[in-house]
Parts: sequence; structure tokens; C-alpha cells
Amino acid sequence: MKLPAVECAQLTRTVSVAGSARALVQDITFQLERGLVLAILGPSGAGKTSLLRMLNRLDEPTSGTVLLDGQDYRPIPPQELRRHMGMVMQRPYLFPGTVAFNIQYGPAQRGVSLSQLQTDTLLEQVGLANYGSQDARTLSGGESQRVAIARALANDPEVLLLDEPTSALDDVSKQAVESLLSSLVHARHLTCVWVTHDRAQARRVADLAVLLEAGRQVAFGQPETLKELIDA
Amino acid sequence: MLKLLFHTELSLGLAQAVVVAITAILVAILASRRGAPMQREIPLALLRGLVQILLIGFLLAVLLRGPWWTALPLLVGMILMAANIVRRRAREIPETYTLSLICLAAGAGVVIAVMTLLGIITPDIRMLVPVGSMVIAQNMNIQSLFLNRFLGELRSHTGEIESALALGASTDTAVSPYLRAAFHASLIPATDNLRSLGIVWIPGIMAGMILSGSSPVYAALYQFVILSMIFTAGGLSCLTATYLVPRRVFTHNQQLRIRG
Repeated sequence: MKLPAVECAQLTRTVSVAGSARALVQDITFQLERGLVLAILGPSGAGKTSLLRMLNRLDEPTSGTVLLDGQDYRPIPPQELRRHMGMVMQRPYLFPGTVAFNIQYGPAQRGVSLSQLQTDTLLEQVGLANYGSQDARTLSGGESQRVAIARALANDPEVLLLDEPTSALDDVSKQAVESLLSSLVHARHLTCVWVTHDRAQARRVADLAVLLEAGRQVAFGQPETLKELIDA
Repeated sequence: MLKLLFHTELSLGLAQAVVVAITAILVAILASRRGAPMQREIPLALLRGLVQILLIGFLLAVLLRGPWWTALPLLVGMILMAANIVRRRAREIPETYTLSLICLAAGAGVVIAVMTLLGIITPDIRMLVPVGSMVIAQNMNIQSLFLNRFLGELRSHTGEIESALALGASTDTAVSPYLRAAFHASLIPATDNLRSLGIVWIPGIMAGMILSGSSPVYAALYQFVILSMIFTAGGLSCLTATYLVPRRVFTHNQQLRIRG
């Protein structure tokens, strides 16, 4: 039997707000097979980012867990887990220095030196050939997000977590970055969890969708079958 | 003018204290009108400072007659109080009191002990208490500045720190640029004091030594010694903090506790 690449088992995160417990995400359960794209949909405050942050353990689940290839992710050292679960945030947050420094940052954390050729190839894949020596602070929003994508891919992750990667971009950059991500995810056979509030985007990019409302999972399935629910 | 009105040393001292306190309160009121709310904090700080310094004055009057080691509990008490004041500047960091205490002990505590052993601070209560308190007080300021700046950096660079963690960086690596920034910023006053020594200001202890009959050259050298001790103590305590702070701002699963 083929095990799902990512499986959420009753994943819950509760925080204390003014002395009382508040569930950010409650009992999220889904299975995602290798190479598929899952969209996490929902209105603002539904718990989309909270769920994504638990997948690479930037936040800790209060209960429930995540299974990676059938194995509970809790015994995996966080640094190792995060290398396998690449993440692109809503804003790119590039580090001060050159574009090449940013690309090489992840591998350098485990003592791997990315060659010039590897760096150039990654930049070429995101449409930024010859940008390596450029100061990261001088890039536009769309260019910065492309660098953030290449930076996450430099770690050669098996799972890619995308937290509304196009929401801070203008319309032209938004389409370009969405197409780029879709092609990279399919070319590299990545398993991908893509947070978006854009229902049309979810239908374009995802094989499966989870719909959240007030931290609860309202629906899980193919975007087309959930169309009415998503559009409601 | 005050000397014409107050004839005893004590009454003159009290009158001088009241006049400068009023001036400081007026400045606090002006600052409050410009949007910096200080009208409550400053009078309380002035009153507290006055009471504390008077108490220490009375205590010293008694202790100065005793052996040198009576300075030890006094200096330890000062470090304990200083750690409590530092704690208030960085309450969000778990176990800040212990952290501050360790850092102050590693800074001011070690410097005072080593300098006394080397004979740079004479093991005499008249020397140990005033010099030791200067080192502890300045170390406290440097430590507060360090933690305050570091917290500010954490809040304004949460995205960068979590991006680094998401790329597989260790917690130490993820916060190292911000620890460096805090370290540098906290030592700016101590560095500038050394840089401007004799050009911009002639510190009180040098003036005091000259007034009490020491050679001006020796007084100048000793002032340099004290400022160097302050810098060393501050540097040591912040250096210690750079090792201890990351463990407190991250969970054991390498998740940031304090976010912007």
C-alpha cells in the first residue's frame, strides 16, 4: 500500500488569549499523496497560515500530529524536518547580501556549499539568470519572491509549503509567479501545500483542496467537486 | 545663592537635590507634552534614587569603619538589585532575572573580583564600594540596552528569523545578526565614553581624586582604568547573554516564542 507523503491527523493548535483557550486550528485531517498539490482555502483568520506553520513545525501542534510517509514527524529534529519541507512565505524576507548568498543560505546550514553552476541553474529556473551578484535589497517584489522560491528549492525539499506566495504581488507578477511555481512543482514532482484565499487560483493550481472556516475543516476533496462550497 | 540660605552641609545638600529634581520634573513635563509620557516615571525614579542614595550614604557611614570584606555583601546586594532592574526591561524573555543575574555576575562580578585580586582595585571598603558600584551600575545599563535592543530586533525581524529557521538554520544562526546588532548598540555609550574621555568630559571620580589630593596624572590614569573596567564588564555580560538568550527565546523545538 502506498503511504501518503503528508498526512494530518486531527491536527489542533490552541493558544491562550487573555487567559482563555482559543483554537486557531482544530481537528484537521487529510491525506496528500506524493506529487499532488493541496490548496488550503478559507477566509482571513480561518487558520490557513497556522495550519501551514505546523506542517514544518514553526508552530507546535497542541494535539494531533503530522505523518510524513507514514511516520510521525515529532521525533524528526526540526532542522532536518524543515530542510525536507521547504517554505515560501507571503513576503520573501531576503537576507542582506547578494542574491547568490540567499540561494546558498539553506545548503550552507548543513555544511553544503552550493556551486556557482548550481546557483546559476536555480536562478535560471526562476527566470533570474545573471542576478547572482546583485544586492538582494535592490530587487522588485516579484523578483524577490522568485529568489525566495529558488532559495527554498536550493535545499532540494520533497514537500513545498507556500503561504500565499502571490498575494503581495501586483497582477502581472502574480500570474508569472503562479505559473513559475506550478511548473517547478510539476517538473520536480514536489508534494505541495499551497495556502491561498483566491478560489480561482486554487482551482488552477491544486489537485485537492481543504476548506477551513474558523479553524475547522469544512471540506476536503477535489477543487471541482467542492466548487459550490468554495464559491459559497 | 543656595549657600546664603542654607548654612549646614546637610541642609545645603537637600536644597540642591530639590532644585535639580524640580528641573528634571519640568523636563519630564515638557517631554510628556511632546508625546513622550514621562511625567509619572521620572518623579518616581527621582524619589526612589534619592531615598536609595541616602540609605547607602547612611550605610556607608557605618560600614566604612568596618573591615574590607563588609563590602562583599553590599556589592552582591547591588548585583541582585541590578538584575531585578534589568529584568523589567525584558520581561517577555523567560527567566530574565536568572539570565540578568548570570550576565551581571559574569561581567561586573568577574571584573571586580579579578581587578581586586590584581590590586587594581585596592581591597579597601572606601575603594571597593564606590568603584564596584560604578562598574555594576554601568554594567546594568549596558545589559538593559542589550536586552531591550535585542527584543526590538526580534520583533522587527520575525520574518527573517523564521525564514532562516524554515531553511534549516539553527536557532543561534537565525538570531546571530540581531544579537550582534544588540551587542554593538549596547556598548556604544561605553565606547563613546572612552573615546571622549578628557576631550568632552572629565568624569567625577577624577575630579574627586584631585580634590582629595591625588596627583592629576594618577587621577586621570585611574579614571581611564575605571572606564576600561566598565567597558570590559559590559562586554563580558553581553557576550554571556549572546550564549544564554537564544535558549530562552526559542522553544526546545526551535520555535520562536516572541514574535513581532
